Amino acid sequence: MNGRRLFNTTGRVLGQLRHDKRTLAMIIVVPALLLTLIYYVFNHNRFIFNHVGLIMLGIFPFVLMFLITSIAMLRERTSGTLERLLTTPIGKMDLLFGYALAFGLVAAVQAGVLTAVAYWAFGITIAGSVWLVVLIAVADAILGMALGLLCSAFARTEFQAVQFMPAVVFPQLFLCGLFAARDTMQPVLGAIAKVLPMTYAVEGLEQIGANVTPTAIMWRDFGIVIGAAVVALALGAATLRRRTD
Amino acid sequence: MDFAIDVDGLVVRRGGRTVLHGISTQIPAGSITGLLGPSGSGKTTLMRAIVGVQKVAGGQVTVLGKPAGDPALRQSVGYLTQAPSVYADLTVRENARYFASLYPGITSADADQAIVDVGLGDAANQLVSTLSGGQFSRASLACTLLSKPKLLVLDEPTVGQDPVLRDELWKKFHDLAAAGATILVSSHVMDEAGRCERLIMIREGEIIADDTPAAVRAKTGTDDLENAFLTLIREKVAA
Repeated sequence: MNGRRLFNTTGRVLGQLRHDKRTLAMIIVVPALLLTLIYYVFNHNRFIFNHVGLIMLGIFPFVLMFLITSIAMLRERTSGTLERLLTTPIGKMDLLFGYALAFGLVAAVQAGVLTAVAYWAFGITIAGSVWLVVLIAVADAILGMALGLLCSAFARTEFQAVQFMPAVVFPQLFLCGLFAARDTMQPVLGAIAKVLPMTYAVEGLEQIGANVTPTAIMWRDFGIVIGAAVVALALGAATLRRRTD
Repeated sequence: MDFAIDVDGLVVRRGGRTVLHGISTQIPAGSITGLLGPSGSGKTTLMRAIVGVQKVAGGQVTVLGKPAGDPALRQSVGYLTQAPSVYADLTVRENARYFASLYPGITSADADQAIVDVGLGDAANQLVSTLSGGQFSRASLACTLLSKPKLLVLDEPTVGQDPVLRDELWKKFHDLAAAGATILVSSHVMDEAGRCERLIMIREGEIIADDTPAAVRAKTGTDDLENAFLTLIREKVAA
């Protein structure tokens, strides 16, 4: 890896976002509006909002980063810029981690704003540290980014790319414990849930919500989410071929 | 003679179809070679094989003494794709500076110079998406020239440019070749062929002429390279 190439790639990706002010605004504002919606859906039921709202702090960054990255990477492929990049001295890891750093920074801002809204506007009650919530939310965003990047390799068109979102994200959402406790599901589904990374993202947030000090389970979950992101990035790197048909 | 590119028996298959049928050619260092042929003749495929981004089914391509696609070549080979490949949502300068940052020893000043060289000095701060088609492809060309490559592989760099600019670009290519660079440039416009020191004419994945423009003219008994190309095709078909 090469620092200059990596950081310049990060700068370039952020520069593209800077010229697209509406996208940037949506990244920050849309999750906060959705959280507001959820708050009023569970009108006066603080207990449910404390649970669902907290989980949403991790899920929104995951979903948004998945979508944005899969489209950004597909654009790199279809515009020919990826092929050009792969004829330059840039390493695949410089490119992937350059992206990861750029979107990770954006995700940190997004998660920070979202958590601030949950905390100050809606008085969400979290037993543990708010900073840990932001940390897990950023890890979720990086996981979403890494999966989006991997999935974009299997999409030929934008129509296909956007459909990977429901295909990859929704099952994780249904099985992660948000809709039903995992031990009450049909046992096969409960077992599948155990190998899906979002399950651990949600469990990690629940741990922070319920415990004053960070628990070992929370750190394990954080490790699993980051580990899954690294595996997805490595698989994504394998899909970046310098030589094509 | 010193060859920058040595293609030996190159076979490329794409989608079950043989695109290049065992092509062999050698391109001398420090020269401008024109790669000419109709659309679909295999020009882009040959260029991609030379740059090392094309999967090949047989034969060998040696570039600057190394197998095509060797990591050491990434600094010394510049490739301009036929479709402009720059970021539409960045300015010309942001694009050039980003690509410059990927090469060791290449600075922002080199990026700015390349922008001026392709005649985009006044549009440097414009978003690429707001450029005209011709400016768009010149922005892409600037990002190829800025790394000062020893070998330039340019796929139709002058398409859609106005005649004055086209003339200036060709002067620039000759300056670069005079300074020691090897240039392989494809075109389907025959009037550009006369500007090259050597011509490779290709049709349906086979080379039908590989010589200097003067020799091609002499051999076919015509001054017009378009007619020369036709004559060569007819000879091939008759044979």
